Amino acid sequence: MSSTRTLISPAQLARPRGRFLYWVVFALVVGLFTLVFLGPLYWMVSGGLKTTQEVVQSPPTLVPRTVHPENYSRAWDVMDLSRLLFNTLYYALGALAFQLVLDVAAAYSLSRLRPVFGRAILAMMMVTLMIPATVLVVPQYLTVLDVPIVERNLLNSPWVIWLPSVTNAFNIFLLKRFFDSIPRELLDAASIDGASRMRTLWSVVLPISRPILGVVSIFAVVGVWKDFLWPMLTLPDPAKQTLNVGIYSLANGVPENVLIAALAIASVPTLLIFLVFQRNIMSGLTAGGLKG
Amino acid sequence: MPAPTLSPRKAAPRPRHGAGLRTNASREAFVRALRHNLSAHGFLIGAVLCFSFFSWYPMVREFILAFQKTEGGRTTWAGWSNLTTVFNDPAFWQAWRNTLLFTGLALLLGFAVPFVVALVLNEFRHAQGYLRLLVYLPVMLPPVASVLLFKYLYDPGYGLLNRILELLHLPQQQWLQDPDTAMLSVVIAATWMNMGGATLIYLAALQGIRGELYEAAELDGAGVLRKIWYVTIPQTRLILSLMLLMQIIATMQVFTEPFLLAGGAGPEGSTTTVVYLIYQYAFNFNNYGGAAALGLVLLVLLAGFSAAYVRLSRGGEDE
Repeated sequence: MSSTRTLISPAQLARPRGRFLYWVVFALVVGLFTLVFLGPLYWMVSGGLKTTQEVVQSPPTLVPRTVHPENYSRAWDVMDLSRLLFNTLYYALGALAFQLVLDVAAAYSLSRLRPVFGRAILAMMMVTLMIPATVLVVPQYLTVLDVPIVERNLLNSPWVIWLPSVTNAFNIFLLKRFFDSIPRELLDAASIDGASRMRTLWSVVLPISRPILGVVSIFAVVGVWKDFLWPMLTLPDPAKQTLNVGIYSLANGVPENVLIAALAIASVPTLLIFLVFQRNIMSGLTAGGLKG
Repeated sequence: MPAPTLSPRKAAPRPRHGAGLRTNASREAFVRALRHNLSAHGFLIGAVLCFSFFSWYPMVREFILAFQKTEGGRTTWAGWSNLTTVFNDPAFWQAWRNTLLFTGLALLLGFAVPFVVALVLNEFRHAQGYLRLLVYLPVMLPPVASVLLFKYLYDPGYGLLNRILELLHLPQQQWLQDPDTAMLSVVIAATWMNMGGATLIYLAALQGIRGELYEAAELDGAGVLRKIWYVTIPQTRLILSLMLLMQIIATMQVFTEPFLLAGGAGPEGSTTTVVYLIYQYAFNFNNYGGAAALGLVLLVLLAGFSAAYVRLSRGGEDE
């Protein structure tokens, strides 16, 4: 942002003293940030390469004396990381699909079709935002043990992640607000051309809404990927566990260096997602989340 | 005389044509409205069903559970007894003390640090993208990875942090093992993990401040601190208050970090939080009534903050 005018005036920065101070502070901050935010990641990757003795040695070594990449393959096998990764991906993509279909349809209906009781339904959805999520964990858990009417126990099934993920009032709010901003004429034109509501949603609304759909998708995937308490309670079967819960429950049974290698592997997928979708994530966070 | 048309749109403004036609028209309008509503509710039904089962029903159930007890497989009304049990549990008060300590420390670090970081980053003309990337990086890690990594860094024997303190000739700490520093250690880790989001939101708010305001302040002879006080903070007040409320709501519900870092309770119960106590009541003691009563207390206390948040964000919408 070189053109924006900020706290320090350009005139001050242009002076030799100002420029010197700027570069000193800049270098300090870049160094400190690299150390604080990349340091632990380096420690994780390098810790995973050390021997079991070296990793718990005091004082710790900065660079592994001997490099043991086989820790990583051991971690992969011992902690069954391929299964945990697959499970988490399966839950995350399923939750994404359910949210995209059901929440988008609901937001479209509430924003554009405005059925009777629509406002009341929206209000009731928004009320759930005011209830602390952790308070609902216990009654939600009791509910999935024996879902009323259908009388099913959802424990250990992917539905226990997918269906509750739809109750994301914040995503519905974001989608509705975006749909509200689509010009009326556009939708009227579609309906004059004889498009059905489904067709209008599919060919007019969704293509315009790509940015907000991106934001909502990222929230949906990252939400499942980072959740801990709910999957720990509802997916007790080790074969069905998520990455977070699986690693946590095996953490005490493996040597430290193998555990650290496993943590490094577990961090790769979301870091990749982040690096690829960096722009969308960051703009979604600020534009989608809150308006100043 | 033109041929009478049966199209409802034309029939409606001509009521003289007879009652039969009018009811016909209104019936068609009714059918149209019905069909419209049916299809509109068809779009809604999936989400509404999910909300009914997994959100609204549990909400109602939370209130019912709080006033019920189950003994020997029989569930009966318990009146206020769950609440009195919870209030008489010494762990309840300790959990609240810990939670408030966590919230206080987390706000001190997690509220102030991102704002200062955003202020500094906003001044930089170089490498801003890189720095933003760095701050947000931990947010993307699976929590178990960052938390167990911190556990390793905190280890009093072979941890990196004590080694750094040693090199700086500072006294070494027991970190998570010492009841006095356990909660602080949890807060530091939690701040590292979560500060990215707040920082980026502040940064966006700072970039929305018009430059002329700073120029005007300079003409009035204001220094950097006064510019922050009289321009930056008033200009970002809404976002600051929203983030403050959001962080209060989030930190009062902290669970994952102390659970993974300190095994939940921590040394001498020093990291037991209210939500961890709910977890214990429900899943260790099988006392769902007690857990629900605890939840109700938390809900009531947070309701004020939530209401303030909703009102403020509505107000922000209208501006």
